Amino acid sequence: MDFSIIINEYQFYLDGLWTTTWLVTLSLLLGLLIAIPVGIFQNSENRLIRFPIWVYMYFFRGSPLLVQLFIIYYGAAQFDWLRESWMWYYFQEAWFCALLAFTLNTGAYTAEIVRGVIATMPEGELEAAKAYGMSKWQTLRRITLPNSLRRALPAYSNEIIFMIHGSAIAGIVTIVDITGAARVVNARYYAPFEAYFAAALLYMCLTFTVIFAFKQWEKRYQIEK
Amino acid sequence: MSQATLSIKNLHKSFADNEVLKGIDLEAQKGDVISILGASGSGKSTLLRCVNLLETPTSGEIRVNGELIEMRQDKKLGAVPVSLKQVERIRSRLAMVFQSFNLWSHMTVLENIIEAPVHVLGVPKKEAIVKAEAILQRVGLYERKNYYPGQLSGGQQQRVAIARALAVEPEVMLFDEPTSALDPELVGEVLNVMRGLAEEGRTMLVVTHEMAFARDVSNKVLFLHQGLVEEQGKPEDIFENPSSERFKQFISSVY
Repeated sequence: MDFSIIINEYQFYLDGLWTTTWLVTLSLLLGLLIAIPVGIFQNSENRLIRFPIWVYMYFFRGSPLLVQLFIIYYGAAQFDWLRESWMWYYFQEAWFCALLAFTLNTGAYTAEIVRGVIATMPEGELEAAKAYGMSKWQTLRRITLPNSLRRALPAYSNEIIFMIHGSAIAGIVTIVDITGAARVVNARYYAPFEAYFAAALLYMCLTFTVIFAFKQWEKRYQIEK
Repeated sequence: MSQATLSIKNLHKSFADNEVLKGIDLEAQKGDVISILGASGSGKSTLLRCVNLLETPTSGEIRVNGELIEMRQDKKLGAVPVSLKQVERIRSRLAMVFQSFNLWSHMTVLENIIEAPVHVLGVPKKEAIVKAEAILQRVGLYERKNYYPGQLSGGQQQRVAIARALAVEPEVMLFDEPTSALDPELVGEVLNVMRGLAEEGRTMLVVTHEMAFARDVSNKVLFLHQGLVEEQGKPEDIFENPSSERFKQFISSVY
């Protein structure tokens, strides 16, 4: 076993760490932007609104992230109209396909979290909002969302961790993320244990940073209970 | 005669086939403190919740300061308000205190109190805070202004809820069994605050089981039985001289 390889190739890993970080962070942010309205409308009484949301959520929660990534990365090229449109500029890039797959995937999972916390909003607090003359929109903005999103924190921190780990498949479509870096190093030195062990350590660093940040965040809201 | 602050005429409310209110008339002048009594299932909470349309009445008239809440018949939904805007505006003039407090749990005490004035009535935030602090002094919770509802006892939470109601300077305060969820030793602090409000001349509609409050504080008592007003009048008259046999039974069973 020779860990000096890792030290010599640390630049690869740092680049990989950076790629994983921005790819996951951006996916999570965009996913959250999708998830909040989708989660809200999933509670809608209108079937015409609920049905497309249902299709979206069940597709992305019902199939593996890797398959979704393949559909976008390899499948997109099959459509001439796409190849001829301005969008092809993005779809031919592996990073864009990964970003799109990750965003849609985490969007669906997070929407389910949002739907759940909104559905379990304390009835009495909503009634109080009504009784004090708030409109539906005001109630959503001032009461339902701030209350629900706090309750979503524990479940959402899990989703972030799943996303960090799930992003390892980006390496398969040529992206040099943490796993991608490990693949390159392994290919060069044939030292799979060292190469992937170093990757595991980096993923753990990211994971524990997230866990720690959310602990602090939840602690801040704990006093409210 | 001066215009009634709140006037209810021939109010009916049914849930599916169950008719809970069968034609209630009620009038509150400014400064009236009206206690609404009745056994559970008599419709007293439903009556109160119809006043600010938390329940939509099946038929009947509600006027606040003479303004009629306009209703129309919808084929599917039955009676619905014509204008949600009007309902929201009227609700913002009627404050409600709930049995289970229903404070907004993600806001501090102070934030709970300024929420409706600032975001519904459009009072400048600074002004609302000054007023909220004065109200908190009154209900004896100024020191707790930065606490969250979950950190307070039931009695304290209910006093905050009353402060929240006061902050909108309501035409009528609606109390829905405000002490029923409290431990016996906490009931007193809430009733004291309510007594103070009554003395100050607030118009209050109080659904309650507290006979002493009904008798000593209110100037009018309504006794509901199976969706109808069975007995009403000044407390000194009807408690001493009940004309209804059921009301007689009711007071003797509660005492």
